Amino acid sequence: MLKLESIFKTFNKGTINEKQALAGLSLHLNPGDFVTVIGGNGAGKSTMLNAVAGVWPVDSGRVILDGEDITAKPEHKRAEFIGRVFQDPMMGTAPNMQLEENLALAVRRGERRGLRWAVTQAEREEYREKLRTLGLGLEDRMTAKVGLLSGGQRQALTLLMASLKKPKLLLLDEHTAALDPATAAKVLELSDKIVSDDKLTTMMITHNMKDAIEHGNRLIMMNQGKIILDISGEEKKHLTKHELIDMFAQVANTTLDSDEVLLSK
Amino acid sequence: MAVSAYFASLSLLKLIKNVPGGIAQGLIWGLMALGVLITFRLLDVADLTVDGSFTLGAAVTVMLIIAGWPAWLALVIAVIAGILAGLCTGLLHVKLGIPVILAGILTQFSLYSINLRIMGMAANKALSVDKFNLLLSSRFIPSAILTSLIITLALVIIFYWYFGTEQGSALRATGANPAMSSALGIDVGAMKVLGLSLSNGVVALSGGLMSQYQGFADINMGRGAIVIGLAAVIIGEVLGKAILGRHLNFFGSMSFVVIGGIVYYLVVVLVLWLKLNSNDLKLITAVIVALFLAVPYLREQRKTSFKRLRVKEDSRHA
Repeated sequence: MLKLESIFKTFNKGTINEKQALAGLSLHLNPGDFVTVIGGNGAGKSTMLNAVAGVWPVDSGRVILDGEDITAKPEHKRAEFIGRVFQDPMMGTAPNMQLEENLALAVRRGERRGLRWAVTQAEREEYREKLRTLGLGLEDRMTAKVGLLSGGQRQALTLLMASLKKPKLLLLDEHTAALDPATAAKVLELSDKIVSDDKLTTMMITHNMKDAIEHGNRLIMMNQGKIILDISGEEKKHLTKHELIDMFAQVANTTLDSDEVLLSK
Repeated sequence: MAVSAYFASLSLLKLIKNVPGGIAQGLIWGLMALGVLITFRLLDVADLTVDGSFTLGAAVTVMLIIAGWPAWLALVIAVIAGILAGLCTGLLHVKLGIPVILAGILTQFSLYSINLRIMGMAANKALSVDKFNLLLSSRFIPSAILTSLIITLALVIIFYWYFGTEQGSALRATGANPAMSSALGIDVGAMKVLGLSLSNGVVALSGGLMSQYQGFADINMGRGAIVIGLAAVIIGEVLGKAILGRHLNFFGSMSFVVIGGIVYYLVVVLVLWLKLNSNDLKLITAVIVALFLAVPYLREQRKTSFKRLRVKEDSRHA
């Protein structure tokens, strides 16, 4: 479904803050893969998601989605195929617009926005049903401004917005990190449900090893702009937190010992 | 003695006589404020192009009517000219990466030369209602009020419809959250250009109406238009919230912005009636706008500020 071919991205090139964020990253996702992504700070997790979403152009490499090379497409043109939920609950919604207006904006991802009504009556019914499945009582607040919702409610809404029009790829960038544990668990549960109901190909970044193990069918670990571990199938199912931490330490150690890293530090 | 002489010199009748004219001019400025509302509130940018595009609308209207064009057609061309001015600011901002405030200043600055050229290098062009068939004139104030009211109301209805469409909704989303808008497939740059163009089209329309009302176009007539527009927007918001509260929808907001323009101009009439120096008007307006713009910030500060903590600390030691 998604193919990343040796992607490079360096920020602030030629300055003292130069940082190579992606160093020849390659990845191949099969349709329906639900991949959890872990790695230390600055490993390139968010950068990878942003490269896929087209927030900025990559330096080199190719991004291929469902057989189409989208490397040269800007963010708003890729949006047709990609649903996203961000870490910051404020980022995924328009606070001074109504719930139904936000949903209607999301449904029209990739469509020409003309002079038809922004929200039709038929859509309202559909949104009401979908909001009911969230179990947050939002179906009765469709004309409320989104700014009045809590962080958890907003993330749940963003999740719905990202999946209402079925995307080829769903990108979740630590979308529960800013929530309290109970709300985070609820939003995660919701994510699982949406991904499995719609059979969405998904990448989810998390800082929580337990979540990374318990969710999805595949787990990748990143370090220094590359994927250093890729576990799937039975191996992923039986993975324990301790094994993962050991692997993390092991891989981190080997890279730390390598001359390349020592010289660059 | 001097005070009583001053009050004796004020004639209430004169004030009342000047109110209709104030309402007519306030309506025309209120129309301009609708343009400011699009950029300032919906797109969340301060567009300084308007000082120039207001005069542009007036210059184009006056020159075309003098050249024998019908007044309504002259206004249409004025709107198109305003749209082009907004387009220019938008492209400077989006395509060349110039901060929007600076882009607006550049367009406005260049419009001074352009407006002079349009007016045949004259700083002032008269447009006599005796010689030409105008849509409105200060000579016939009741009909001027009616005409500008109809045009303003039509625009409010059109905007109410437009901002409820997919495109209008995308434009509002761009102002509310550009990162989200881009992630939802909205071309944020295109929306900004569109919003700036629309806004300046409205401002030029207002300039065109004003030139007919006052019977001339002046190279400096747009000076400070942005501040007057902001004043109308802010006065309208305060009044709207006070009167309608939570029931204030977009239609109400726009109506109150127009009312804000009228209130502003009635204050102007009052200031002139009180024989205050009209040259101080801009100073007074600026102070009022600054105060109102500061209120939301100061309110927030009162809730979360270091100063507040210091006061607590002091009372603990006391």
